[in-house]
Amino acid sequence: DIKDVGHKYYLDLELEDVPDKDSTVNCSAEVLYHLGNKNIAPDVQFTLEGELKSTEEADHMFYTRIRSLEKELVAENIPDSQGHVPPELEPIHRLAWVASGYVTWQNSTENTQLQLAQIKRVKQVKRSDEYLQFDYVVLLHEMVSQEMIPWEMTVLWHPRDGVQVPRDSRQPRH
Amino acid sequence: MWALLVLIGAASVSAHLQDLSFAGQKVFRVIPQDDEQVQILNSLASIMQVDFWQPDSVTLVRPKMQVDFRVEAEKSSVVEDLLKESGVEYQVLIDNLQAALDAQFDSNVRAAGHSYEKYNNWDTIAAWTADIAAQNPDLVSRSVIGNTYEGRPMYLLKMGKSGANKKAIFLDCGFHAREWISPAFCQWFVKEAVETYGKDTVMTTLLDNLDFYVLPVVNIDGYVYTWTKDRMWRKTRSKNANSSCYGTDPNRNFNAGWCTTGASKNPCSATYCGSAPESEKETKALADFIREHLSTIKAYLTIHSYSQLLLFPYSYTYTLPSDYQELNSIASAASKKLASLYNTKYTYGPGAETIYPAAGGSDDWAYDQGIKYSFTFELRDTGRYGFLLPESQIKPTCEETLLAVKYIANYVLEHLY
Repeated sequence: DIKDVGHKYYLDLELEDVPDKDSTVNCSAEVLYHLGNKNIAPDVQFTLEGELKSTEEADHMFYTRIRSLEKELVAENIPDSQGHVPPELEPIHRLAWVASGYVTWQNSTENTQLQLAQIKRVKQVKRSDEYLQFDYVVLLHEMVSQEMIPWEMTVLWHPRDGVQVPRDSRQPRH
Repeated sequence: MWALLVLIGAASVSAHLQDLSFAGQKVFRVIPQDDEQVQILNSLASIMQVDFWQPDSVTLVRPKMQVDFRVEAEKSSVVEDLLKESGVEYQVLIDNLQAALDAQFDSNVRAAGHSYEKYNNWDTIAAWTADIAAQNPDLVSRSVIGNTYEGRPMYLLKMGKSGANKKAIFLDCGFHAREWISPAFCQWFVKEAVETYGKDTVMTTLLDNLDFYVLPVVNIDGYVYTWTKDRMWRKTRSKNANSSCYGTDPNRNFNAGWCTTGASKNPCSATYCGSAPESEKETKALADFIREHLSTIKAYLTIHSYSQLLLFPYSYTYTLPSDYQELNSIASAASKKLASLYNTKYTYGPGAETIYPAAGGSDDWAYDQGIKYSFTFELRDTGRYGFLLPESQIKPTCEETLLAVKYIANYVLEHLY
């Protein structure tokens, strides 16, 4: 409890590589939730104890594959009702995870627990520059209120620059 | 050879009525070479029960014909001796018919039918409740405890060997529509009970000495809605007065600190507590049943997802229940049992501090009614797939959860009150 500032949490985390569960990296982090104004994202500092694996090859393959598509990629309900994700859409799923991580961070307070529940729709938008753009509508599950919140996100990605979320907005419930 | 036939004949006279299990029964394939060998098969069929698969009847058997027939377990070795002794060429087509049936039962190749390793829609589950009771009349009986808002019958399965003065454990699944792994677990539990009774000592003891009331889907209307309209629906589908929003959160609708915390008075909210405690037909049916059987129900287990938690009262208050120590040790041990299979980590504790404060829960209500051993399970996972748990995880999730449920049931049996 930091007087007049907010609440600080110290975390020791173990990061697990999803495709390779035996590969883990330890991480320590500090999260500061600001007092009062709920519109400010919590401050996050972290230190990785070790290195994350290189994903250069997989990144390049995905980038090339999407760039070479004749028609823009469009998909719905990832995972589907039975929890299945078609293998070729797995990178799209992971991209949504990263992007929604950013959205979650920007919209979290001490009383929320947001989690990506499902990609409702994703549409690729072809660009004249080198970036890949995907416009997503995702469902974020808020654990405490148990609400499913539709959220639009525009996601840009390039193997060199990583992920950016230039636009995101909470949608009204249907 | 005739002496052998006389012996078989004598054994057959004392044969009891065929039970519905095919355990140990064999199916033979025989190719009689001549009329003499055909006659041997005729004699066999005349002195014991032989079920001909092909041809349909022994009277159709001819030399050089492929003949398949089924015999009871106790008769199979004698039949084999007879065939050997008579020089009749044979092979054992199916060594254990029950095992072959079980394998087919569990196989997920069956598209439209029921599968324990797939998510089944309500019609399939409803049909399954009828089938499982019909196939296992000594262990399972089905009843209806009420109807849902949309008029669907709420099926309850009573499991256990019939006996006098038996105490019971109540197990329900499918409170929240989108938690599909939950009804999958109740079906798995029933399957394990009927398949391992007589083979697994713990399960046999449990079913001999306790009854299990299993309600495979509490919120049937909601479940149907997740299959037809909105996979992420949570509540019931009752119409709310003066609102365009439907449904009440059934696990905020019980009379336990009703609507005082962690629930909403807004009908559009996912945690709407309802217009009054037990306003929902589904919760009222469940509560009525438990009240009617209160003297025999000694434990209440309710299955949800997700988060990997094992919770006990209270959720409507941070105050600890008087049986805290005991419930906490049970939860600790049950969590260890669960983790022993695939290393799935569960967190356990009283609801309010372990997940969040939430009033109106069925577990708190059951506890306050006097059902001491009251637990809520939140099954896999911890958020990666959340409510959309892949079907490939149904089996491992159910296997590990079963260990915990059996542990708790066994504990209850050893600590009846």
